[in-house]
Amino acid sequence: MSDLTKLTLEAALAGMAAGDFSSEELTKAHIDACMDGADLNAFITTTFEDAIESAKASDARRKSGEVGLLEGAPLGVKDLFCTEGVKTTAGSKILGDFAPPYESSVTANMKADGMVMLGKLNLDEFAMGSSNETSHYGPVINPWRKGEDLVPGGSSGGSAAAVGADMCLGATATDTGGSIRQPASFTGTVGIKPTYGRCSRWGVVAFASSLDQAGPIAKTVKDSAILLESMAGYDPKDSTSLNIDVPKWSESCGKSVKGLRIGIPKEYSIDGMPGEIQSLWDQGIAWMKDAGAEIVPITLPHTKYALPAYYVVAPAEASSNLARYDGMRYGLRVDGKDLTDTYDRTRTEGFGKEVRRRIMIGTYVLSAGYYDAYYLRAQKVRTRIVQDFENAWQTCDAILTPTAPSAPFAVGRKLNDPVKMYLNDIFTVTTNLAGLPGISVPAGLDADGLPLGLQIIGKALDEDTVFKAASALEKAAGFTAKPEKWWK
Amino acid sequence: MFTAERVGNPRDYIKGETGDWEIIIGLEVHAQVASNSKLFSGSATEYGQAPNSQVSLVDAGMPGMLPVVNEFCVEQAVKTGLGLNAQINLFSRFDRKNYFYVDLPQGYQISQFEHPIVGEGEIDVLPIDADGNTLEPVTVGIERLHLEQDAGKSVHDLSPDETYVDLNRCGVALMEIVSKPDMRSPEEASAYVDKLRGIVRALGTCDGDMEKGNLRADVNVSVRKPGGELGTRCEIKNVNSLRFIRQAINYEARRHIEIIEAGGTIDQETRLFDSEKGETRTMRSKEDAHDYRYFPDPDLLPLKLEQSFVDRVKSELPELPDQIKARFMDQYGLSEYDARILTADKTKSDFYESVAKGRDAKIAANWTMVELFGALNKAGTELEDSPVSADMLGGLIDRIADKTISGKIAKEVFERMFGGEGDADTIIEAQGLKQVTDMGAIEKMVDDAIEANAAQAEKAKDNPKLLGFFVGQVMKASGGKANPQAVNEILRKKLGL
Repeated sequence: MSDLTKLTLEAALAGMAAGDFSSEELTKAHIDACMDGADLNAFITTTFEDAIESAKASDARRKSGEVGLLEGAPLGVKDLFCTEGVKTTAGSKILGDFAPPYESSVTANMKADGMVMLGKLNLDEFAMGSSNETSHYGPVINPWRKGEDLVPGGSSGGSAAAVGADMCLGATATDTGGSIRQPASFTGTVGIKPTYGRCSRWGVVAFASSLDQAGPIAKTVKDSAILLESMAGYDPKDSTSLNIDVPKWSESCGKSVKGLRIGIPKEYSIDGMPGEIQSLWDQGIAWMKDAGAEIVPITLPHTKYALPAYYVVAPAEASSNLARYDGMRYGLRVDGKDLTDTYDRTRTEGFGKEVRRRIMIGTYVLSAGYYDAYYLRAQKVRTRIVQDFENAWQTCDAILTPTAPSAPFAVGRKLNDPVKMYLNDIFTVTTNLAGLPGISVPAGLDADGLPLGLQIIGKALDEDTVFKAASALEKAAGFTAKPEKWWK
Repeated sequence: MFTAERVGNPRDYIKGETGDWEIIIGLEVHAQVASNSKLFSGSATEYGQAPNSQVSLVDAGMPGMLPVVNEFCVEQAVKTGLGLNAQINLFSRFDRKNYFYVDLPQGYQISQFEHPIVGEGEIDVLPIDADGNTLEPVTVGIERLHLEQDAGKSVHDLSPDETYVDLNRCGVALMEIVSKPDMRSPEEASAYVDKLRGIVRALGTCDGDMEKGNLRADVNVSVRKPGGELGTRCEIKNVNSLRFIRQAINYEARRHIEIIEAGGTIDQETRLFDSEKGETRTMRSKEDAHDYRYFPDPDLLPLKLEQSFVDRVKSELPELPDQIKARFMDQYGLSEYDARILTADKTKSDFYESVAKGRDAKIAANWTMVELFGALNKAGTELEDSPVSADMLGGLIDRIADKTISGKIAKEVFERMFGGEGDADTIIEAQGLKQVTDMGAIEKMVDDAIEANAAQAEKAKDNPKLLGFFVGQVMKASGGKANPQAVNEILRKKLGL
């Protein structure tokens, strides 16, 4: 029975369709895996009893011929998505035992499609972090371990670890500067951030509204396409949601990339990048060429300004988005001698160090006298970055880059060096700033046997090409490595 | 930005110890958009409901909640902009104004800072002095109009050590209408607000109810030597009646003059008006001023309007007070004064138009203004609650026109009508007030009067003024019901005048 957790989502859905096993059996197998993996700390809240009930209900639906896109699949939900009646923490102490009376649009879509939710996955506090170490609920441990505890990346570290350790068939995640793709790269999983506006942000705890975008972390490119088909869709409750149809992306996977022009941006060869990552990138280029794609050198000249611009825009929006956590209506409240003191105590105790740092950065860059020099300037950079990509699309259809500049690192190593930590996002933030789709595909192992990912960036709304290129890469890489199950 | 070029009328200067001072006034009027739902959530906006009964997840600032702009509120703002002869900006944007307070659950107010939906415009204002005389018209520039959310309400008096918060008002749409600093007297300022009120009411974009705070003004006041350098201004927050606006400006201007003349300087600050004491007092100084950290709200897309939409709204605009007034002067031949009184608001102009329809316009104007408005004023009743409807007043005028009653009797009928005794015909019938037009009967009364006053009748030939005396006698005998024209005619003949 434990074999069921080795299945891909696609295979599991097929198995249930063929009557090989039920959702209940599949779900129980995953619950066992989750319990085995408790030490990875991937979950903040588990909802196993509800999961079994949902699985039974799913099996009943299937019998009556009602089969949704994700029918009966046990999945995890990043604890940034509000789930009705289930504690939603955003990885923060400040939300306390908050259990929203509403369901995020994305998870509502998935539930309507038959998802069985196993629980809420750990993450960096308010999705601010690249290692999952800023969570109030403790760090997530990467299932890929070599002698010491490694981080799974962040902020969707719980999602990536849970999928990487076969604790769930797939998971929701969110990506503001790389929070889906970098942890996917760190855990040998696939993660896609779709075009900004594909997935509704309604009911997702906001970090930086103009950059936040939900997407899945999955075991394969096709699994990620299936999940995204369910998650995406127009939502009139989100003004930035795109009113366009959701294509059958799963059908794009495996299609030929012959003649596809793949851009290679020279600015992504950065100083200090491990040679292994450069080699993997070169390998990726060769694979794409072998698959029939045309390789085109391109230039994205404003790349070097992306990270600083991102670390102005994202904290600015966050400083305002997080103002609502004031201890007045829900979550933690620490009473003080007056209103201001209550605000101070609540927010000092409720927010962790990294969140407080970003609130301060954001408040600073929006302050009178600094706004023009920081926020406005960063927005100008953003426009240039969009323009860079526009220019690139004149000569290519998709772009191939490494996902992250390093392999998973040890817990605690970068926690006290924010700048070093922020550098993790260097290859991923550009797509957030430009609103473009980007996917990370596991492509190889480094000398220590740790996974490394490559990224495909596509044109806005052209997830179709992204999935096509990603599955070509996946096929060529033949990445089948799995972490050894040391945790039990 | 602050170009106060206009020099006011010396009549409005305030005499200080060092000479004349001129007041410079600019206003920020907050007008609640007439809309059934809030600016960014579907919650209802009805006034006076149970606390926190009209609050959505968005209004309460719950995690992950997002605003969606209410298109009707946008249309109301555009309509108002057009009514202010202002530029409609096809591109506008919502910004966040960040500050912490218990009645602001999101921790920011969504407003429009850099790109308001409405730009510059202007309106003509007719100030009225304390005696009710119309002064020279003044053109007041509109700087901008923008949409923003209202905050909730903090209630401090339910408990000695706790503050209660009612979020019903939180998220309700407001239009902030910012004037240029073009006003030079308290009368001009209150006339401006009155004019704005008339416009938004005519447009149906705000109910203009100042008592409920649905239209309130932040008043910026400074003083200077006439035509000289501008002084430092103070802002008086949330003044909610025309009278308070005048009082607050008067108090504030004199306070400034007193300080400056005593060698002091004015601190730029935000003040409150205490309507009981008739004073303003410090709310917060410039040092305490918030840094609101405005930035474009990333949850909302920029607001882009089509010109065709603006054109459509424009084509559907109702007649505005100024247009109605001009039409009344033209169509009904009314004086500027009468037209102004009768077009002070939509209820009045509608009332007058139905009274005047098919009747003598000037008589209709007189009866409406002098008798009805006079009686309402005396009774302290609004026209909306008038016991005399337009139809009833028209019916009364009809009975004068068809000579059923005289104008004098008509006043008696009106009084009874106002007292609730029914329409004109009912009262005339019940009281037997029908005018006597039977020539034989009148002749008999004339004869009786001449006979009873033979000596006077003799003198009448030399002193025609005595005619009045005889008319009076006959009218008295008829109980006021004799047709005065007929009485006159017959008397002249009989007295040989």
